[in-house]
Amino acid sequence: MHAIGKSVRELSVGPPTVRSMTDAIVVEGLVKRYGATTALDGVDLTVAEGSVLGLLGPNGAGKTTVVRILTTLLVADAGRAEVVGLDVQQDADRVRAAIGLTGQYAAVDEYLTGSENLEMVGRLYHLGKAEARRRAGELLERFDLADAANRPAKTYSGGMRRRLDIAASLINRPRVLFLDEPTTGLDPRSRLAMWEFIADLADGGTTILLTTQYLEEADRLADRMVVIDHGRVIARGTGDELKAQVGGQRLEFTVTNAAVLPDMVQRLRPLATDEPHVDEPGRRVSLPVSGGAEVLAEALRRLDGSAAEIVDAGLRRPDLDDVFLALTGRVTEETGEAGDEPVTAVGSAR
Amino acid sequence: MSALGAAVEDGLTITRRNLVKVRRVPELIVFATLSPIMFVLLFRYVFGSAIPIEGISYAEFLLPGIFAQTIVFGSTITGASLAEDLQKGLIDRFRSLPMASSAVLVGRTVADLALNALSIVVMGVTGLVVGWRIRSSIGEALAGFALLLLLAYAMSWLMATVGLLVRAPEVVQQASFIVIFPLTFIANTFVPTNNFPAVLRWIADWNPVSAVVQAARELFGNTAPVLEASDVWSLQHPVLYTLLWSGVLLAVFIPLSVRIYRRTASR
Repeated sequence: MHAIGKSVRELSVGPPTVRSMTDAIVVEGLVKRYGATTALDGVDLTVAEGSVLGLLGPNGAGKTTVVRILTTLLVADAGRAEVVGLDVQQDADRVRAAIGLTGQYAAVDEYLTGSENLEMVGRLYHLGKAEARRRAGELLERFDLADAANRPAKTYSGGMRRRLDIAASLINRPRVLFLDEPTTGLDPRSRLAMWEFIADLADGGTTILLTTQYLEEADRLADRMVVIDHGRVIARGTGDELKAQVGGQRLEFTVTNAAVLPDMVQRLRPLATDEPHVDEPGRRVSLPVSGGAEVLAEALRRLDGSAAEIVDAGLRRPDLDDVFLALTGRVTEETGEAGDEPVTAVGSAR
Repeated sequence: MSALGAAVEDGLTITRRNLVKVRRVPELIVFATLSPIMFVLLFRYVFGSAIPIEGISYAEFLLPGIFAQTIVFGSTITGASLAEDLQKGLIDRFRSLPMASSAVLVGRTVADLALNALSIVVMGVTGLVVGWRIRSSIGEALAGFALLLLLAYAMSWLMATVGLLVRAPEVVQQASFIVIFPLTFIANTFVPTNNFPAVLRWIADWNPVSAVVQAARELFGNTAPVLEASDVWSLQHPVLYTLLWSGVLLAVFIPLSVRIYRRTASR
């Protein structure tokens, strides 16, 4: 579907951004092995203070391993990992005091109430009884859990548990927050709510490292992205930069009758910057183009008088699913297929 | 705050958390107290009707044994609960906090110690109803209870290590069942060991469960001349032998389990 050569893949693995004084996370040459399996094979990344990094990759790529090393849960076999300027192994306790972690499971005690959970975490940060209670109340309010504060977490929905989990990781006002797949398993409404909470935190200046399998999530929340696969960084950059690596935009037409496709290709070829792609079973033709909406208008003019009955027409730019497919040769498992979003349509995720 | 003070405070925070569960799940406390009552009644009336022991009622013979069996079984809760915390990702959360790395294990074992103390009280009251009597001084009786709880606490640390390594609560329960059942039966717990086959007799003689039961019987005054213990050293000095076992278990498994905890993360 996408004509992405190996050259692009290699180009995309540039050196990490030059380390600045304000990097909240610095990772260099991180290696982690489990027996014969290499989970991380030399990962480099930096996250600027106050920014959001999306760490993307399929299951088993090594995302969680990176998070576990940075949050002091695992010790790397080689390489360097620093959080807020502190070595995660040498200065583990000071790192722990500066970070918050929300793991893949909602790590809340289901027998404790929402406020007991938060107060317990507050006490373990040595906040003192009164301060822990005050902070718990504040966070329950902020995460819409005030009404459920005195109910055991057992009775909470999946979305509520996740919110409680994130609230717990914020008790100590962490400078750096790690969110490991924060919305996996949530229904669409809870996911949107979670996105808003995360965006608010980022606006408040918290540095966030977020792992996700949802490309839309990274696209929406992250300032920069790092894509890893098989324990190696295979691409990095902003969402737009990654998309640019995959290629420019395409015109796509879907018609009622595949027989007209050759005629359409004939008429549209002059607009294409590369060979058009015909998908007969899908009754679809797509061609790489450059330019904006005027190309779509021109294309429609050229199709005037053809026998084609168009059911869908659009100017599409690649989304992160395409990026992923192009980089790894695999589609992301959550989306099933690499779907495209029309650029010309009104934003779909609002 | 000193490091030790902080560690104690963290341990208490986790202990409170573990005890809240007992309050929130009343079934747990009901069954935790019902099963010792059931055991006391079953053994007292089923075995007691067939095992006459000269010079002492079976109830008096039985109670120290059943105390020991119940609290040794109680230590499996430590392992299973830690495995559950690990499975649910709670250990990850705790390990990402700037808290003492002993706190989760201390909090767990102390909470289980409290549960064990509670079941001893329940069994003791049931025992008194069915004919058990303490025939020694209060001081000696308290020493007997303390010794039982000490061995149980040491076993809890052993099971904590098992729980962190095995990581599946059901497996911890079942695997420990296979070990603890023979451990508590190949002993002087329910019947005198005089007629055991030689090999079993040897195991029973050196079994720490036998020693703690013998010690408890002596401290509660539940002995009879006919029950002259084996002349092996372990049963001639049951208190010392129990203290030794407890000390060794604690000295080995506290550092070992804390070490394992420090590098454990859920998978």
